[in-house]
Amino acid sequence: MEAFTTHTGRAVPLRRSNVDTDQIIPAHWLKKVTRDGFEDGLFEAWRKDPEFVLNQPRYAGATVLVAGPDFGTGSSREHAVWALQNYGFKAVISSRFADIFRGNSLKNGLLTVVLDQPVVDALWEIAESDPEAEITVDLEARQVRAAAADGPGLTADFELDENARWRLLNGLDDISLTLQNEAEIAAYEAARPSFKPRTITA
Amino acid sequence: MGRTLAEKVWDDHVVRRAEGEPDLLFIDLHLLHEVTSPQAFDGLRKSGRQVRRLDLTIATEDHNTPTLDIDKPIADPVSRVQLETLRKNCADFGVRLHPLGDVEQGVVHVVGPQLGLTQPGTTVVCGDSHTSTHGAFGALAFGIGTSQVEHVLATQTLPLARPRTMAITVGGELPDGVTAKDLILAVIARIGTGGGQGYILEYRGQAIEKLSMEARMTICNMSIEAGARAGMIAPDETTFAYLKDRDHAPRGEDWDAAVAYWKTLRTDDDAVFDAEVFIDATELAPFVTWGTNPGQGAPLSSHVPDPASYEDASERHAAEKALEYMGLTAGQALRDISVDTVFVGSCTNGRIEDLRSAASILDGRKVADGVRMLVVPGSVRVALQAVEEGLDKVFTGAGAEWRHAGCSMCLGMNPDQLAPGERSASTSNRNFEGRQGKGGRTHLVSPQVAAATAVLGRLASPADLSDAGAGAPTPAGAR
Repeated sequence: MEAFTTHTGRAVPLRRSNVDTDQIIPAHWLKKVTRDGFEDGLFEAWRKDPEFVLNQPRYAGATVLVAGPDFGTGSSREHAVWALQNYGFKAVISSRFADIFRGNSLKNGLLTVVLDQPVVDALWEIAESDPEAEITVDLEARQVRAAAADGPGLTADFELDENARWRLLNGLDDISLTLQNEAEIAAYEAARPSFKPRTITA
Repeated sequence: MGRTLAEKVWDDHVVRRAEGEPDLLFIDLHLLHEVTSPQAFDGLRKSGRQVRRLDLTIATEDHNTPTLDIDKPIADPVSRVQLETLRKNCADFGVRLHPLGDVEQGVVHVVGPQLGLTQPGTTVVCGDSHTSTHGAFGALAFGIGTSQVEHVLATQTLPLARPRTMAITVGGELPDGVTAKDLILAVIARIGTGGGQGYILEYRGQAIEKLSMEARMTICNMSIEAGARAGMIAPDETTFAYLKDRDHAPRGEDWDAAVAYWKTLRTDDDAVFDAEVFIDATELAPFVTWGTNPGQGAPLSSHVPDPASYEDASERHAAEKALEYMGLTAGQALRDISVDTVFVGSCTNGRIEDLRSAASILDGRKVADGVRMLVVPGSVRVALQAVEEGLDKVFTGAGAEWRHAGCSMCLGMNPDQLAPGERSASTSNRNFEGRQGKGGRTHLVSPQVAAATAVLGRLASPADLSDAGAGAPTPAGAR
């Protein structure tokens, strides 16, 4: 996984709640067997509307998605994270994320930042009034900073548990970390009751 | 202080606990299917890793599989490649696989329980959010992403932060004609699609205890639609009776030891949940969705809500968008909504009791003109059982299509899809925009409501069937 320390980029305001992973990447894209090439499937149905925010030239090249509450609900498809990353997003900001989506994001180095809805509202206003405004997502300081051309800007702290932050900052591979506990896994396995189910008999 | 069911199962699977770290949890059963596993196997190859516990891993094909002409090569080349990739991965790594055409093939969440692999007090994961289904057995079961699939393949563990617990207590008895599906749709409408975020739900109370295992699976299946990490029901005699003598259920002394352990898997009287919700079963009625998320539902007897009635701005906006997408107007009676497609199937309602329930209503009746009804059994075993009981003849006799097992129109990864603008009554779990096909409109319903809707061509419950035409035997295959 690529490490995430700080990212600065322009933001796309996505004023929708309950953006489910079927909207982020429709099921027919899930037939691919790779982790890349999903960018054209991102929000595929909504992108057919020329007015959709991602189609507006002023947001071209933006790298921070600012979405409504309950982002990433529904299916566990990690393809939703890959699609956002393939398209160029480095961070997603929302007041609430679905659990599985959030877990998938953090495993891929896509930073999901939880901020209160009034802060999200303020970020939407900044991005809409000044599409050139840059937002900094600073994982080291656990802070989001937005500079507006003609306004006071905004600074907001966010929470992320220390362990997840440490893994992101260092781009650590979870599997390697877990395998450092081989002795404990083996000890647990040795103590499992014999009535536990097995899919194949050795 | 006592512990909840979820806490007991969690504690029994902690491999390692350290300050400032997520718990490392052992996984008893890992279910695989073709969609969320290829990139995980690729990861294993790249890092030169093997599958740690082949004896705790099983794969089936379900999401992409066609439900017609399954003896012919799969027409969609991309779907074919994905299924072939699963077959190659399972062969290369030695994973047990039930491919299309195999008697144990079917929707992954139907296959696990029917084989007896899903057992109380186990941890079950799968790269599929409806893994919550298995919680019906008192298992801690949850959906994971592909990175976690690779993690479990390589280590048989997952590092996880312990969720909070929420009790959903359903008191009283469900009225006649009200099913587990109506109950869970009502729960989701009550707590919202984000209401369960960060929680493991435990369904309890008199109404839950009276449910069959299959009905309990319907309930736990949709826990994810309330945003919950998992849903659980304490195992009891109903659970033990379901499991006894299944292929992978323990036998002899192991059975006795297992049951003794399973009986300890109840929330202690003095345990404290982080949140509690109470539902009065006696007040429930057939329930359907009108919107584009599973929380946007209402009793069938009611009307499409007015978005202006929502105080919360984001809910109001979501309702406006939903009505626009669904082509509905505020105040419209839900019973006046006409459909052109009815789908009975999926990991939510594709089991034998669901098929029996739908068939009992269709028996002697006809699917309305202009309505296409698909009946897709959840597994080959379910299909065989249905055929043995003659249910397939009831469906085809009524004018419905009887198909082969798979996920089918629940998510339309195979050719079973809605065309733009088409409207379905569906026993599946998600009414998201485009879920069943681009531009398709979905109303989530129970199998009974699905069958009654098929007969009348508009959203209806069995009580709405006037019985003109009922009881008259129908020649098989006639329409």
